[in-house]
Amino acid sequence: MIHILLILLVAVIAFPVIYALITSTLTFQQAYSYPPRLIPGNQLWTNITQAWERVNFGRLFFNSTVISVVVSFVKIVLALLAAFAYTHFRFRGRSILFPMTMVTQMLPLPVRILPTYHLMASFHWINSYYALMFPFFASTTGILLFRQFFMTVPRDLSDAARVDGTTPMRYFLQILVPISKTNIAALFVIEFIFIWSQYLWPLIVTTTANMRVVQIGLKMLLASEQIAPEWNVIMAGTIIAMLPPLVVLIVFRKSFAEGIAMQSEK
Amino acid sequence: MQEDRFPGHRFLPYLLILPSAAIIIIFLIVPFIQSVQESFFTTNPFGTKTIFVGLRNYMRLFASSDYHKSIVTTLIFSGFVIMIGLSMSLAIAHLLNQKIRGRGFYQIALIWTYALSPAVAGTIWALMFAPATGIVPYIVAKLFGGYVLNWMTNGKLALLVVSAAATWKMLGYNIVFFLAGLQNVPGELLEAARVDGATGWRTFWKITFPMLSPTTTFLLFVNMLYSFFQVFGLIDIMTRGGPGDATNILVYKLYRDGFIHMNSGSASAQSFLIFIVISVAAVIQLRVATRKAVYSR
Repeated sequence: MIHILLILLVAVIAFPVIYALITSTLTFQQAYSYPPRLIPGNQLWTNITQAWERVNFGRLFFNSTVISVVVSFVKIVLALLAAFAYTHFRFRGRSILFPMTMVTQMLPLPVRILPTYHLMASFHWINSYYALMFPFFASTTGILLFRQFFMTVPRDLSDAARVDGTTPMRYFLQILVPISKTNIAALFVIEFIFIWSQYLWPLIVTTTANMRVVQIGLKMLLASEQIAPEWNVIMAGTIIAMLPPLVVLIVFRKSFAEGIAMQSEK
Repeated sequence: MQEDRFPGHRFLPYLLILPSAAIIIIFLIVPFIQSVQESFFTTNPFGTKTIFVGLRNYMRLFASSDYHKSIVTTLIFSGFVIMIGLSMSLAIAHLLNQKIRGRGFYQIALIWTYALSPAVAGTIWALMFAPATGIVPYIVAKLFGGYVLNWMTNGKLALLVVSAAATWKMLGYNIVFFLAGLQNVPGELLEAARVDGATGWRTFWKITFPMLSPTTTFLLFVNMLYSFFQVFGLIDIMTRGGPGDATNILVYKLYRDGFIHMNSGSASAQSFLIFIVISVAAVIQLRVATRKAVYSR
């Protein structure tokens, strides 16, 4: 009984994407047949090449991948370092610095968008990878996630390291980071999906086709139609755009679920 | 909490925090302060002169019927995404939170929409609702005697469709967090309630739901940020704020005023007003989160 309900839910939730998949295999005429066609065709490869060529998808895909991987990596490193400081040291200004980090949760891009844009312009960063990456490097989510985990690390571990004469940085690199594997993987999933999905910022800070990202490619595909949207080609592009984050989520699903579970328990 | 596990390293902690702090100050805090500043100025159409206008940008906004309409649209949109989205996700997570075969499969099969971007969700829903050719207008026409469903001309319908698309995309994320929250509700407590003869419904509202409050509050906040800002791509792909102004939510209006009409004073004022709403929500969220921490000690 419960299985029927769950399967039904899975099917309903998946339906839009299944429909998109089917459409991506049709010819233009088939995509406009009435009643709508629900049987897959054999045009998937043609459509993918079409989408690929039409908006220079290869380049966009490369841009999105580089940005997402680099930003996720930098975010993880910066968050690990900051969380290490907040959990293992006592220092002046800590009570100001930590809340300052938290306040940034209240400062999503739209509440500071014009000056951030002008800042990019004054650095001559418009239409560059720098503009697409730098403003995203700080990670409140990451600092909180690692801080919470580091607080649960037994004091004996760091004490032993200290008695052995291990420097803090070696303890951090050889003990703390390796035991944070699950959290690192979870944060990677979160940040990769977050950066891959960015739309507004790339839209305003990039000006030439070769610096666009995959998400903007979808907009370009939709706009490039002459008479009626070529849904078959657009959906081929959509499938390409959704694959990388989906693969990341599926590959790291275990660590991701565990990381989230760790985060929610106190 | 405040431990000093490596006494004697006075500069190291600052060095460790420096990269994060520098990014936050340069790219977040300073631009935000400048944005607040800019909201008190206006630039002439040629961008050559900046004049201090006090609160006039705000006054204009408060008096503008476009702005009022955008607020109402945002409230409807966000209200839909948050209320419908969270209730559905909680119901699904609750259903999934039991010992059943193939749980791992169901879990991934129900959360994967999290990996989709708002723009992807928008593109797919635009296909499904494509007037005359999409599957949904077809089904509606079959069921309701040829009724023509066209969200590109019907504003109310457009708002409903973008809301549904945005909700669908967020289901996965919400289910992940609700599942994690549900797994932390002690089984003994539920067992005790069952032994005492409480019904499933009652147990849920009296025990499970209150124990979930930190998760729920967190998700309320995240969904608010999502429906305020991250849906930008979905709106831009599907409707560009239209038809008319039917889906012109605050972030879209902000983008239009700031980057298309080049009205930086008004856009900055809009930024600041959104900030106030977000920070109130953030403070409430933090309060609830820390209260939980106190209880559990």
